[in-house]
Amino acid sequence: MPSSATTVTGYSAPAGFPVLKPWTVLVLFLVMIFAVPLITVISSVFVPNAEIWRHLRETVLADYITNSLLLMFGVGVITLLIGVITAWLVTMFRFPGSRQFEWALLLPMSIPAYIIAYTYTGVLDVGGPLQIWIREYFGIGYGDYWFPEIRSLGGAVCMLSLVLYPYVYLLTRAAFVEQSVCVLEVSRTLGCGPLRSFYRIGIALARPAIIVGLSLVLMETLADYGTVQYFGVATFTTGIFRTWFGLGDSVAAAQLSALMMFFVIILLYLEYHSRHRSRFHHTSTRYRNIRKLPLTGSSAWLATFVCALPVLLGFIVPLFFLMQWARQTWGIVISEDFFQLIYNSMVLASITAVVAMILSMVMAYGKRQSGSRTIRLGTRFVGMGYAIPGTVIAVGVLLPFAWVDRHIDVFFSTRFGINTGLLLSGTLVALVFAYLVRFMAVSLNTVDAALMKVKPSMDEAARSMGMKDLAILKRIHIPMIRGSLLTATLLVFVDVLKELPATLILRPFNYNTLAIRTYELANEERLAEAACPALAIVLVSIIPVVLLSRSISRSRPGSHALG
Amino acid sequence: MRLYFLFFIALFISTAVSAEVNIYSARKEALIKPLLQRFTEASGTRVNLVTGDADALIKRLEIEGKNSPADVLLTVDAARLYRAKTRGLFQKIPSEMVSARVPARYRDEDGYWTGLSLRARVIAYATDRVNPNQLTTYEDLADPKWRGRICVRSSSNIYNQSLVAGLVAHLGIEKTGTWANGLVENFARAPRGGDRDQIKAVAAGQCDLALVNTYYIGGMLTSSIEAERNAARHIGVFWPNQQGRGAHINISGIGITAASKNTEQAKRLIEFLLSDEAQHWYAETNFEYPVVDGIRPSETLQQWGDFKADELPMNRLGEFNSEALRIMDRAGWK
Repeated sequence: MPSSATTVTGYSAPAGFPVLKPWTVLVLFLVMIFAVPLITVISSVFVPNAEIWRHLRETVLADYITNSLLLMFGVGVITLLIGVITAWLVTMFRFPGSRQFEWALLLPMSIPAYIIAYTYTGVLDVGGPLQIWIREYFGIGYGDYWFPEIRSLGGAVCMLSLVLYPYVYLLTRAAFVEQSVCVLEVSRTLGCGPLRSFYRIGIALARPAIIVGLSLVLMETLADYGTVQYFGVATFTTGIFRTWFGLGDSVAAAQLSALMMFFVIILLYLEYHSRHRSRFHHTSTRYRNIRKLPLTGSSAWLATFVCALPVLLGFIVPLFFLMQWARQTWGIVISEDFFQLIYNSMVLASITAVVAMILSMVMAYGKRQSGSRTIRLGTRFVGMGYAIPGTVIAVGVLLPFAWVDRHIDVFFSTRFGINTGLLLSGTLVALVFAYLVRFMAVSLNTVDAALMKVKPSMDEAARSMGMKDLAILKRIHIPMIRGSLLTATLLVFVDVLKELPATLILRPFNYNTLAIRTYELANEERLAEAACPALAIVLVSIIPVVLLSRSISRSRPGSHALG
Repeated sequence: MRLYFLFFIALFISTAVSAEVNIYSARKEALIKPLLQRFTEASGTRVNLVTGDADALIKRLEIEGKNSPADVLLTVDAARLYRAKTRGLFQKIPSEMVSARVPARYRDEDGYWTGLSLRARVIAYATDRVNPNQLTTYEDLADPKWRGRICVRSSSNIYNQSLVAGLVAHLGIEKTGTWANGLVENFARAPRGGDRDQIKAVAAGQCDLALVNTYYIGGMLTSSIEAERNAARHIGVFWPNQQGRGAHINISGIGITAASKNTEQAKRLIEFLLSDEAQHWYAETNFEYPVVDGIRPSETLQQWGDFKADELPMNRLGEFNSEALRIMDRAGWK
């Protein structure tokens, strides 16, 4: 961020030479801790493994790369279209249902991708109710009619897009809402029509947020395992597991993950590059509620339709079928044990979300303070965990934890003759740490993007009045980005609630979550029984999703100042 | 410091005195917990359970090393038992009961693991479109007469890997490779979904044959969902290779970890799982075949009749697992 470097130069070292101030040390320390699992994965690259790679290259590697790229492209385009257009519509216009869509558009986020995939397959597949009905009603057999194949690359693109677009929507909408109305109104008085001010001003100003949302979507897409595996689409992630489980080669699997990280580095570079070229700060602190333009007639209904479609397909339809199935099975699934699952899921999600928010705040602020290149790259690197499949992260976490445990054990057994065994591995500490490695990007990106929008001159002004770093953080930054902090917390909360693979490997004995129960039943193709825990995940996630939505509408800096 | 010291002593004592057994299980919780509860009731031993993918659990065992809390590893296929054994994660099971009750081919020849239940991979066919007289062997599924008529799940699935590993053991790499190419040619659709999905696809008419484990058919016949019951009624079970070596059999099994600190309890657990009561449970609840001779299969199982089982030692499935996967990669079996 060159422009901020120039404005903040007065207090920070030139790029490349981090002066060891407390902030810098703290952030570097955090970065190093969180980098350990990622470095563990990357270090696998140095193990020679030519024979397996030749086999992979000759057979399946091209498929993995092509499918992963196509998947990312498809999901990227669709989520951008849905996310940005709906965000603009609900922020700028009034049409039937526009108030409700503000929050309803977030609802699909509460459905894990693998659950929506199972649900739609249950409904649309050859053996599903819809096709059975078609065959019976028209008296025809399979092959006499055309029906889109849900379990395909295209199907996977649709499923992932339906549950991931809310990331783009959420961040874009927050950016639109936070935009100074003056800018938009100036553009209108200068003769820009709504469409043109959307394109020239709205999109341009919201671009950093849109790109953050998009990069989250793409990383999540790359890391997805449940959906592509169920749909039989051979991607990098499925390839990693195949190589590991099937060929019994965990090194090659880690190497595949490292290769995948290379993709992510390119992605992040593109994101960085785009931010780099366009920097926007709020130039005016005058905010008013955006006066929404009322839409009438057919354009109003079109807007309603555009907003209703993703909610319908991404939330209401799958929820409807889940409820149908849950009705048949809730008697056998819901017991005392079931409430324990809800409790476990919520505790894990809350702890991780709060810790992630605090750490992101520290890192983002440290980055802002120091302006050092090392720290900037370091925080970027920490964000990469989001694109790595949970299982791979889990192994990256297990290794260092077991190493620490072993050394503690050796220390105690030689000094005191006591075997301490495993102190951290196999505890919730290891699990929460893995979540943090995996989801820090969500929280960090959100906080970072928000902090960047706070003009550096604010810091300068505060400093010139003799305020110290911590005071500036507490009295200026935190109040200004409160909405984004809440967003970061809630996003991680929902993500942890849905997380499966890392939980599966790292959890302690007798510790289950809703996601695990859902997976175990769905994996046995007992969809009807899986519906109850799946529904519970959705219902628990709705609370933070609704909170999120309320927070955005309130987070306009001027709105509470005005009362 | 003193406080920590006391804490560790307390920790040490608490783990040393309570009777418990810690299980890493690749068998899903719902398919093992009822049995474990019965074990606790009968023996008073507390059971702690973590479920997950077998290979992930094996990795966890490996990384945790001698400090691992796990006493036993439960898997749902033989190849993973073989893998754990070759990585030195098991110790010999100190029980005579195992060799007395389990036929030699369903346990490790060196005594490191034992099977607990049997799972047969069979050909499920559409009763209205296929005459079972046309069916003979697994090998025959590569014949062009089945072009576009076969459904099977992904080769990432361990049951398929074991099936092909078994063929490698019997036919060799080259012949199995040719067979896999022919089979892939005969696919009605790209592999997707699980075994139940293949059965549904047969019932729906997308394909005429499917390779599936029998207990999935049993599960569907007794499902709470009408559509599943209907689908399962439309298919027949054919036992392949009955004139020759017999149908492909896999096992779910168990081994005691090298790191185990509760070996005695682990041994008792294994003996319980081989008891008549537990063996009946496998058959009645999950439609698996008992590993112990002389236990009557459940009624659902009996309707498919008796069958001749492949006598290939289970460890061979593990030995050829990676070779099997390479063959399937080359054949384009997704």
